Amino acid sequence: MKDSIKEDVQVAQDKEITRVQELTYELKVKDVMTTDAVTVSPKDTMNQLREILRIRRISGIPVVEGNQLVGIVSIEDLIKCLAHGEMDASIEEKMSKEVETLYADEPLVRAVSKFDRYGFGRFPVIERDQGKLVGILTKGDIIEGLLKRLEIDYHEEEIHRYRASHIFEDIVADKTSLHFQYNIVGQDFNRAGESASGLRKTLLRLGLHPQIVRRAAIVAYEAEMNIVIFTNGGQISTQVQPELIKIVASDSGPGITDIEQAMQPGFSTAPEWVQELGFGAGMGLPNIKKCADEMDLTSQAGKRTVLRATIYIKERGN
Amino acid sequence: MKLQEIVNELSLEVRCAAHNLNKQVSGGYASDLLSDVIANSKKDNIWITLQIHQNIVGVASLKELAGIIIVNGRQPEEEALTKAEEENIPIMLTKLPAFEIVGRLYKLGIPGMG
Repeated sequence: MKDSIKEDVQVAQDKEITRVQELTYELKVKDVMTTDAVTVSPKDTMNQLREILRIRRISGIPVVEGNQLVGIVSIEDLIKCLAHGEMDASIEEKMSKEVETLYADEPLVRAVSKFDRYGFGRFPVIERDQGKLVGILTKGDIIEGLLKRLEIDYHEEEIHRYRASHIFEDIVADKTSLHFQYNIVGQDFNRAGESASGLRKTLLRLGLHPQIVRRAAIVAYEAEMNIVIFTNGGQISTQVQPELIKIVASDSGPGITDIEQAMQPGFSTAPEWVQELGFGAGMGLPNIKKCADEMDLTSQAGKRTVLRATIYIKERGN
Repeated sequence: MKLQEIVNELSLEVRCAAHNLNKQVSGGYASDLLSDVIANSKKDNIWITLQIHQNIVGVASLKELAGIIIVNGRQPEEEALTKAEEENIPIMLTKLPAFEIVGRLYKLGIPGMG
């Protein structure tokens, strides 16, 4: 396994840089090390060590006194003791006192070259300032750490490929507009938020800037909550154009008596049981206003309510 | 600080998305009002609440929060756990009350602002 890392790093040196090599620079030792390392005390005996190695199925252990690393003892030391019948000896007598260590904040590439240079199976990892033992690093840890990161990369790549971000550039028209509609069931708190969440995912797939998507999703979420809490249902209709997002939330009543009052942060007419669920805090409309570039609310008592919010993609979109 | 370290330090019980604890936590936000969390929490924040219904997952996913800590030993509803697993949002439980867990998080270096 060591060789494969080394090869990768070396091949990369004379050709283009591979992702694995890049990662060995990006990742730090502490990102991949095992943090809850098993340790032994210098006063323990080799017999005790044998049990620990057997139970934990490991081949080497840092020797620690207080917080300080004082040595390292491996299965090879143990075999020597077995051969010489010295199993009652203390670990202190048989451990290696000259310990090669890694710092937790070193890039992984340093660890790779150290494994290569010394041929050891593991390095204790210490904190740079205090010299305190914070973990242990094996080649297995490196491989696992790299694989995990590659998996994350692959996942992101997949999401990226799935995006239809070029859609607006590919469409030839004088005016382009995508329309997404979500039907909201009133009083259904278990499904509340699903539309906003669906819209958020859709907008991300369109490749819109995450900041823009977040604002649009908050507008949709709060509007959806209002429809769920106060009405018997309605719709959220979203239009996405190259330069803006328009969100229109509408319902069929009962309407808002005093819009100005409804816009006041903290003002709420939500029933107590709804407030206990964490909704109806009187912050929905103010939140929408904060996230939208333009907002317009029309309603009357006993009539339908229509909320229109616009978010500009280009103007304020970083 | 990573979520995993917080879980270890504060002995939190991880109820779902246990494979997603490798995230770096940017700070913390404590509130039981969902709109308040939507308005004021930041990406990768850890959220402290006593709410246990599935809408907390919607909020956490909307704001891309790192995870949710439910206080006072309250048990999340089954739907909340299912949804959190789907959305990859770790839900962690503690018996401690909100004030105490926030204090301990702050002591670990998790900021409330900035």
